[in-house]
Amino acid sequence: MTAFVIRRLFWAIFLFLVATIAAYVLFFIIPTNPAALAAGKAATPVVVKHISHVMHLDLPIYQQYWLFLWNMVRHGSLGYSFVNQLPVRGLIRQDAPVTMSLVFGGAVFWLALSIPVGIISALRPRSILDRSAMIFVLIGISAHPVWIGLILAYLIGYRLGLTPISNYCPLVPSHSIGVPCSGPLQWFEHMILPWMTFMLLFAALYVRLIRATVIETMSEDFVRTARAKGASSGRVLVQHVLRNSMLPVVTILGMDLGLALGGAVFTETVFSLHGLGQQLITAATSDDLPVVTGILVFACIAVIVFNFIVDVAYAWLDPRIRLTT
Amino acid sequence: MPLIEVTDLQTRFRTDDGIVKAVSGVSFSLERGETLGVVGESGSGKSVTFLTVMGLLEKTAETSGSVRFDGEEILGLSMARLRRIRGQRMGMIFQDPMTSLNPVKKIGWQLEEAVLLHNDVNRKEARRRSVAILEEVEIPRADTRIDDYPHQFSGGMRQRVMIAMALINNPEILIADEPTTALDVTTQAQILRLMGRLQQEHEMAIVMITHDLGVVAELADEVIVMYGGRVVEQANVDNLFAKAEMPYTWGLLGSLPRLNLETTRLEQIPGQPPSLLHPPTGCAFNPRCAYAFDRCREELPELRPAAQEHAHLFRCHLGDEERARIWAEKKAAFAAAAGSAA
Repeated sequence: MTAFVIRRLFWAIFLFLVATIAAYVLFFIIPTNPAALAAGKAATPVVVKHISHVMHLDLPIYQQYWLFLWNMVRHGSLGYSFVNQLPVRGLIRQDAPVTMSLVFGGAVFWLALSIPVGIISALRPRSILDRSAMIFVLIGISAHPVWIGLILAYLIGYRLGLTPISNYCPLVPSHSIGVPCSGPLQWFEHMILPWMTFMLLFAALYVRLIRATVIETMSEDFVRTARAKGASSGRVLVQHVLRNSMLPVVTILGMDLGLALGGAVFTETVFSLHGLGQQLITAATSDDLPVVTGILVFACIAVIVFNFIVDVAYAWLDPRIRLTT
Repeated sequence: MPLIEVTDLQTRFRTDDGIVKAVSGVSFSLERGETLGVVGESGSGKSVTFLTVMGLLEKTAETSGSVRFDGEEILGLSMARLRRIRGQRMGMIFQDPMTSLNPVKKIGWQLEEAVLLHNDVNRKEARRRSVAILEEVEIPRADTRIDDYPHQFSGGMRQRVMIAMALINNPEILIADEPTTALDVTTQAQILRLMGRLQQEHEMAIVMITHDLGVVAELADEVIVMYGGRVVEQANVDNLFAKAEMPYTWGLLGSLPRLNLETTRLEQIPGQPPSLLHPPTGCAFNPRCAYAFDRCREELPELRPAAQEHAHLFRCHLGDEERARIWAEKKAAFAAAAGSAA
C-alpha cells in the first residue's frame, strides 16, 4: 500500500509539471505581447520595453517557465494581476472558499440524493420510482444551470421567501467592515439554493451512473454466490454489491470535484457568489493573464489532488489495484 | 423418501419478445448420497432447472410444478424460509470460479459469512471451521491463504474455495453447475476427484450439471439428458451408456473425444440448439435429427419407458427395432474408433 501511494505521489508531481507547462504555454506564449497587455492601452513603446524586462519576457521561454515555477513552488506566488496589481494568490485565497463551499456542499447534497435514488432505481427497474427518477435525470441533464438557478431563486427565494437569493456569507464569523453577513447559519442559508442547483445538475448524472453500476454488479456471479449461501437481499446489497458498485462512482466524483473547483461559473453568476468561476470570467474578458493562469493552475492542482485521493480510495476499496499496479 | 423430488417443473420468462419457455415439465428425483448427472447443451434448460430449485432466479421468472426437498415443498417458499435451506442444507457451485467470488472481500471473510449466516457461533469459531474446510479441499497453507483475496488464487484453487464454501455447513445436497468447464483439463480431473471424495466423506447427494458425458460417466449414478427445456432421456448411467435410446443422446456420445489417431474429425450434431422463444413444433430436436420423419415435426413424443428397462425413459417416435438397429451401428462405430486408438 505504501509503495502504491508513493508511486501515485510521483505521478501527481509529474502531472503537476505537465499541467503547469500547458497552462503557462497557453497563456503566456501564444498571445503576441503580454507586456503590452500589462502596460495598458496608452503605454509608449519605451514603457512596454521596460515592463517586458521587469516581467522577464526578454528571457528564453524555458527560463521564464522556470521563474514562474520557482516563484510558485518557493514563494507560493502566482504573479500579479495586470489590471489591479494585486497578487493572484490573494485573489484565489479570497475566492476559493466561495467555490469550495459551493462544490463540497453541493457534492454532499448530490450524493445524498443520488446514492439512495440510484440504488432504489436499480433494485426496482421500470418501477414508478425508477421512471420518475429517469424523468428527473433527463431534466437535470437537459436544463442549463442558469435556468435551474433562476427558477429556484424565483420559486423558493422570491415567491416563497424561504431563502436568500444571492450573495455569499463567509463561514467563519467576521466583524470587519465590508462583510455584510457571516457565520455558519448565514453561510448555510445563503448556500442552500446554489447547492440545490448543483444537486439537480450533478444528481442527474450520478443517479444514472449509480443505477447502471448497481444493476451491473447485481448481475455478477459473486452476487449469485452470496444468495446461494443464504444471505438476505439486504445483506447482499450492503456487503456484496455496494462496495463493488461504488468503484466507478468514486472515480467520476474525484474528477467532477476537481473540475468544479476550477469554475462553477454559471451557478456562481446566478447567485452573485464571488468565487473562482466569476473571477475567471472577469479576468479572461479583461486579458488579465496572470489571474487566468493562476486559477487554471489552481484547478489543475485541485484535479490532481482529487485524482490522488481517488486513487488511494480506489486502492482501499479494491484489493486488486493495491497489489497488482 | 427421496431427498429431492421434482415434478412437472415449468419455468418461464416473460420478455419483450414473448414468453421464453426455459423449462417445460421436468420431473426427476434423487436419493440421499446419490449423484445425478444432468447433460445438455447451453440453453437446454439444465442450469435454469436448478436455479429454480434453489430459488435463485429473478422475480420475473414464472414457475409452476413441485419441488419437494426432504418431503417439504420448497417451490414458492418465502425468501426468508428458503434462505435457511440455501447454503445450509443445499449448497451450489458455479461454472466460473474467476467471477463467483467477491473480488473485494478476503477468502476468509467469505467463508466465515457462510458459517455465520446459519450458525450461532462467534467469528473465531467461524474462522476455525473455514481453515478446516480449506484444508479439506486441499488448499496448501490454508491458515495463511485464508487472508488472501480471490485474485491471489488460481482458477482451480478458486473452485476449491467455492466447493469449500458450499460444503462448510455440511449440506445434504451439492448442486454443481458445470464446475469444471472453465478449468484446464488436469485441474478438471483434480476437482472431480475431490468432489468424489468429499461426497463419500460428507454423505451428500450431488447434482452434476455438465455438457460433458465423460464427467457423467465418471461420477453419476443417474443421468438426465435435457434438450429444449425438456428431459429427453433419463436412465441409470450404465443403461444409458449400454443402450442410449434417443438420437440426441447418440449425437452427444458421438461427439465425445476419444484418443484416436486415425479419425481426426469428431462427430458433431448439426445445427443450433432450438429457440426457447419459438420452439419447433413436434419434437424440439427434429430440425437437427437425421432420422426425423413427418410425425416428429407434428407431435411431441411422450417420455416413455424403454422395452427392456422400465426405469429408462426417453422421448422418440422411432420404433424400437429401428432404434435398436441404429444404436447397434453407432456402438460398432464407437468401438471401432476406440479400437483403432488402442
